[in-house]
Amino acid sequence: MNKLLEIEHLSVAFHGPAGTVEAVRDVSFDLAPGEILALVGESGCGKSVLCRALMGLLPAHAQVEAARLAVDGQDIRALREKDMRALRGRVSSMVFQDPMTALDPTYTVGAQIAEAVLAHRPKLPREAVRARVLELMALVGLDDAGARQKLYPYELSGGQRQRVVMAIALASEPRLLFADEPTTALDVTVQAQILDLLRDIQQKLGTATVLVTHDLGVAARAADRVAVMYAGKLVELGTAEDIFYDPRHPYTWALLRSLPSLSDPGEPLYALPGMPPTLAPPPKGDAFAGRNEYALAIDYDEAPPMFPVSDAHFAATWLLDPRAPKVVPPIGGGHHG
Amino acid sequence: MDDVILDVRHLSHSFPLAKGVTVRALDGVSFQIRRGEIFGLVGESGSGKSTLARCVMGLLRPQAGTILYKGIDVTDPAQVRAHRRLLQTDRQIIFQDSTSSLDPRMKAADIIAEPMAVNHVKPPRGSLRAEAEFQLKYVGMDPAYLDRYPPELSGGQRQRVAIARALAMEPSLLVADEPISALDVSIQAQILNLFKHLQAEHGFTFLFIAHDLAVVRYLCDRVGVLRKGKLTELAPTEELFRDPRHPYTKALLSAIPIPDPRRERARPLYAFDEAAFDRGAPFTEVTPGHFVLGGEEGSR
Repeated sequence: MNKLLEIEHLSVAFHGPAGTVEAVRDVSFDLAPGEILALVGESGCGKSVLCRALMGLLPAHAQVEAARLAVDGQDIRALREKDMRALRGRVSSMVFQDPMTALDPTYTVGAQIAEAVLAHRPKLPREAVRARVLELMALVGLDDAGARQKLYPYELSGGQRQRVVMAIALASEPRLLFADEPTTALDVTVQAQILDLLRDIQQKLGTATVLVTHDLGVAARAADRVAVMYAGKLVELGTAEDIFYDPRHPYTWALLRSLPSLSDPGEPLYALPGMPPTLAPPPKGDAFAGRNEYALAIDYDEAPPMFPVSDAHFAATWLLDPRAPKVVPPIGGGHHG
Repeated sequence: MDDVILDVRHLSHSFPLAKGVTVRALDGVSFQIRRGEIFGLVGESGSGKSTLARCVMGLLRPQAGTILYKGIDVTDPAQVRAHRRLLQTDRQIIFQDSTSSLDPRMKAADIIAEPMAVNHVKPPRGSLRAEAEFQLKYVGMDPAYLDRYPPELSGGQRQRVAIARALAMEPSLLVADEPISALDVSIQAQILNLFKHLQAEHGFTFLFIAHDLAVVRYLCDRVGVLRKGKLTELAPTEELFRDPRHPYTKALLSAIPIPDPRRERARPLYAFDEAAFDRGAPFTEVTPGHFVLGGEEGSR
């Protein structure tokens, strides 16, 4: 199967007055057409930087290194900004967190969707553009599109605005969609609808999606595969079922155990001690070692490689080394209570 | 009924939006909070939950209704003047965003001690600094942070400083308006544990305002559901989650994401029919302690 996205040993660093911040460290994964991958992690773990690197949206002073960084078979490291722009429209698109700031308050939503359509196909006749706008609005579930396209963003609810943002992102018929916390600013009832819309679009159009989220519930609803990030590194990668039913990395265990929805109200919540490390420079060994109750002596010296658990499931923890002591995971094991 | 610490009766407030258009932020809301309980108030954005918190704290005077705090009507200026000191010290609020609710140019020690200084409280532990140190330890932070400024602290630490400041006056009621929404999951867990500890070990009473139902279920004793300024359902937490009656509550509960892919995807969304929302329906008790807007009728 050809890959839509190939990332091998990607690192992103920012040089600043406080030293070099290694925001993304040696991340590798790929994405097949029509797949939804959730990128899960806490604030500052590098998930947004990773997305922006793949979109070519990082500031010029960011230092990007990779063995391979390809979108739709084309290596994007060598591309000039002009070609990158073309690729961004044609192949990939992005949905941002806050629909209010992503939209221009002074244009009608119809005009903003039309602008995106024209950017992709500049010579399209006006009638066809209009038809395409209505088609896109229907696709993202905005009914009564004929009247709604004349509205301004402030006249729409948060969920409707996020649908408009998605219509704009889909205007160029991208094969790859980056959605950075698309539901964080929305109410729960609306969040579920937008996630179902993402899946619906993926099934209709075969769009592959990288869904950045800090919410494991969101990943469970929408993702085929889940990548867990910590301190700039990928610590675990697997199918949604691997991650939720058979997690192997102690950080994934901690994330799942600290969720109120999986906990008994009579018991204190599991709280991960300490704080994420600063990445300027990153600590020696495994960045998670200081907060990890399962840390081994080697964790403080040497960062663990990605150990395969199965063909699709990997985790970067020394606990998977054959020489490591056997540990019973505190969570997982088939299904939750 | 001396165990009722806060008694909210028929509270209403509207904000003008544009000429002739007003939004009913609160519409006849009534509930009581008992001493020592964590009362959760959930609602989506625009449901009026922050307006309610502001009314309870006396930051906003409601247009109609009364709020009795320990028998004092905080909506009556004369009574507020007469009991100013009690009202200003005995109720404390913790806001959502600690970046904007803490002065970035004050050290943690001064932030925590400021309410005591402002109210001329003689520090029971000798000095204001000793007081700040005590409160900081109380919320689980090292005294080494006393001389740090808010921007030098993480989000979770800042929220602890805000909680320590609220606790410095030894209040009876803590109003927490979305106190953990801006925090990462692992830090949320620490703050939730702290709230539970404060309630169980020290008997604090909480009005906990949130939009995250999983958090409310974990933390609260009783829950009220607010929608567009109307209290639609109120029940003990387990009962509300086991047996939601109002269609809106059902829709809200069905939307909580579960971190379990097979169950999460098999779960249908329960849509709420906007037209069926009857604002004028009476708020009646269906089983002891369980109130629903529209009563048994509204449950269908």
